[in-house]
Amino acid sequence: MVKKSVHEINRKIEDGSVNVVTAEEMVTIVEELGVEEAAKEVDVVTTGTFGAMCSSGLMLNLGHSEPPIKIQKIWFNNVEAYSGLAAVDAYLGAAQISDTRGIQYGGAHVIEDLLRGKEIDVHATSYGTDCYPRKVLDTIITLEDLNEAILLNPRNAYQKYAAATNSSKRILNTYMGELLPSFGNVTYSGAGVLSPLSNDPNYETVGTGTRIFMGGAQGYVIGNGTQHSPSSGFGTLMLKGNLKEMNPDYLRAASFTGYGATLYMGIGIPIPILNEKLAAATAVRDEDIVTTIQDYAVGSRDKPVIRKVNYAELRSGSVQINGKDVPTSSLSSFKNARTIANELKEWVKDGKFFVSMPVERLCAEGFAKPMKETQAVPLVKDVMSSFIVTIKRDQTVQDAAKKIWENSFNHLAVTSDTGELVGILTAWDISKAVAENCFDSVESVMTKKVLTCAPNEPVDLAARRLDRYGVSAMPVIDAHRQVLGIITSDNISKLLARRY
Amino acid sequence: MKIKITIPTDRIHNPIISESIVETGILINIMVANIDSTYGELIADVNDLKFDKIKNALESRGAIVSILDQPIHRDEEECINCGACISVCPMNVYSFDNSWSVLVDEKKCIQCGVCIKMCPHGALKLGE
Ligand code: SF4
Ligand code: SF4
Repeated sequence: MVKKSVHEINRKIEDGSVNVVTAEEMVTIVEELGVEEAAKEVDVVTTGTFGAMCSSGLMLNLGHSEPPIKIQKIWFNNVEAYSGLAAVDAYLGAAQISDTRGIQYGGAHVIEDLLRGKEIDVHATSYGTDCYPRKVLDTIITLEDLNEAILLNPRNAYQKYAAATNSSKRILNTYMGELLPSFGNVTYSGAGVLSPLSNDPNYETVGTGTRIFMGGAQGYVIGNGTQHSPSSGFGTLMLKGNLKEMNPDYLRAASFTGYGATLYMGIGIPIPILNEKLAAATAVRDEDIVTTIQDYAVGSRDKPVIRKVNYAELRSGSVQINGKDVPTSSLSSFKNARTIANELKEWVKDGKFFVSMPVERLCAEGFAKPMKETQAVPLVKDVMSSFIVTIKRDQTVQDAAKKIWENSFNHLAVTSDTGELVGILTAWDISKAVAENCFDSVESVMTKKVLTCAPNEPVDLAARRLDRYGVSAMPVIDAHRQVLGIITSDNISKLLARRY
Repeated sequence: MKIKITIPTDRIHNPIISESIVETGILINIMVANIDSTYGELIADVNDLKFDKIKNALESRGAIVSILDQPIHRDEEECINCGACISVCPMNVYSFDNSWSVLVDEKKCIQCGVCIKMCPHGALKLGE
C-alpha cells in the first residue's frame, strides 16, 4: 500500500526531488512498472485541456467615476455586460455578442483584447440617485485600469463531451462547428488522455480550493461547475483566475459560424499521486474514455445517439458510421493541451507551483436535470390552419387558377390519386405558367420539392425551417403524406405576438 | 493547373463543357461541380499548356474561366491547431503531423472556401 500526503509531495517540490509526469507519460509508466511501483515513483501527474468553454466570463471592477455613477447597463466595445451589482462591478459573459458586429465579436473577444493590452470603449447608463447622480458614462480603459479583472467561469473543463454528426441533407452550423450533410463528418471536443477530470474521475484531489493552471496563470477550482453530471461521467468545474496574470497563448476568443462567440480556455490540473488508486486513474487512455456521437439534425434537447465511440477512435481521424468511414475534426487543440500539461509539469519541477488538497470534495453522484417547463411547447397542430385547398396532380392549370381565385388562398397542395402530397402550387407558379404559355397539367408547373412539417413538431422548429428557406408556408402532413393543414408565417407571428 | 469555370444562368441549358471538350479534344479533370437549374460552378484540373485553348473554347460559349492560383492561407498566429478544418476539406489539404500540429498542403487546395467558415479562430483566408 502506497500512501503519500500532499504535504510530503510539496516538500519534494520545494527541495526539487519531485517526480512529475504528464498524464500521457503516465500511461506508459503504469504499463511498464505496474500500479504500485508507479504510485511510489510518481508524485504528480499533470493534465491539460484547451477548448471552447462558452460558460466563462469576466468579473470586473472599474473604480468610481467623478461624479459617481451606479451603473445599470454597460457595454464594452458594444458587447453588453451584466451590471445588476454594486455601482461599478460588472460581469461580462464570453458568449454575449456585440450589438453592432454580431456573432463575429463577443464577450470572449473583449476579454482577449483586454488581455492583449488593447483599449476598450466603455459605455454605461444609469437612472441617477442622490448618492450616484451621474446618468451616462463614456470612457476608454485597458486591463491595467481595472481594479479587479477576475475570470469567473461557471462551467469549464468538461470531463468529456458528446461528439456531433448530421444525418440531414443540409449543412448545419452549430457550436460543434460545421456539420456536413449525410454523416459527412464528425466533430468532437476534449483532450482524452489528458482531460483533467477523466484523470481523477472520483474527484479525490480535484475539488473546491484546488490550485490549477488557468489561462497561463495560477487559478482555483471554486466548486463543481453548473450542469455537473457526475453519474453520467460528465463532471464540470467552476473556476476562478486573475486575468491580469494570464497569457493570450492560453486564452483565445473564437466565433463559430452561425452560432456565436466563445472563449477557448487553457486549463491544466495537477493530480498528486497519493495512492495506487490515483496512479491507476491517471493511467486512463483515450480508448478508455467513452462518449457518444449524437445526431444534430434533430433540433431537440435529447439528440438521437448514433453510436458509442471512444477518444482513440475519434482521434484516429475517422470513425465508422453505417459501415462508412467518416472523417473526424477536433474542435479543441490537443497540441495546446499537451503544451499546458508540459508547462504545468515544468512549474511543479521548478518549485513554482505547489499541489493542494481540496477544502471540500465535489459531489460525485447525481445528474443534471432538464429544465422544468410550466407551459406546454406549442406544436404545429395547435397553430396550423386545417383549411387547405388541394388539387389533384392531373388537373389543369385553369382548374388551379379557379381554385385559388375562389378560395383566395395562395397555396394549393397538390396530391396524388391516393391523397399523398406530391407538390405545391402557388399563384406565382400559375402566373409563370401563363406568362410562358404553358398550360399543361398542374404537375408540370408545380414545385415538387416541398418543405413539410409534422403535426407534433414544436412550432419553433417549423418557424426556423421557414426562416432558413425563406418560404412563407409549409403543408403539414402525417406519416402517410396525407395533407392535414398548412402552417404559415402568419400563424407563427400571431403565436409569437401572444407569447411576448 | 486548377481552374474555375462559372456558367451563368442564361447559358446553363447549353452543354458548354461537353462541346468545349469535343471541339478542342482537351481533357479536363472535374474535381468539384455545383450545377443546378440556375447556375453552375466547376473546379477542374487542366494541363498548363492546354489552358489557353480550352479557356477560349469555354469562353466563346459564355462561360467564365479563371485560374485558381491563390490557395488557402493560414494565419499561424491565430491558428490554435485544433484540426476543425480537417474533416470539412474535400481535398484533404489539412492533416495532423505526429506532434498534433495541423499541416496545410496548399497545392491540393481548390479554393472552395468551406474550411473558412469552419475555423473558429478566423485563421483561414482566400485571395491573399
Ligand atoms: S478552400 Fe479550404 S476546404 Fe476548400 S479545398 Fe481549399 S483548403 Fe480545402
Ligand atoms: S480550424 Fe483554424 S484554428 Fe483550427 S487548425 Fe484549422 S486553421 Fe487552425
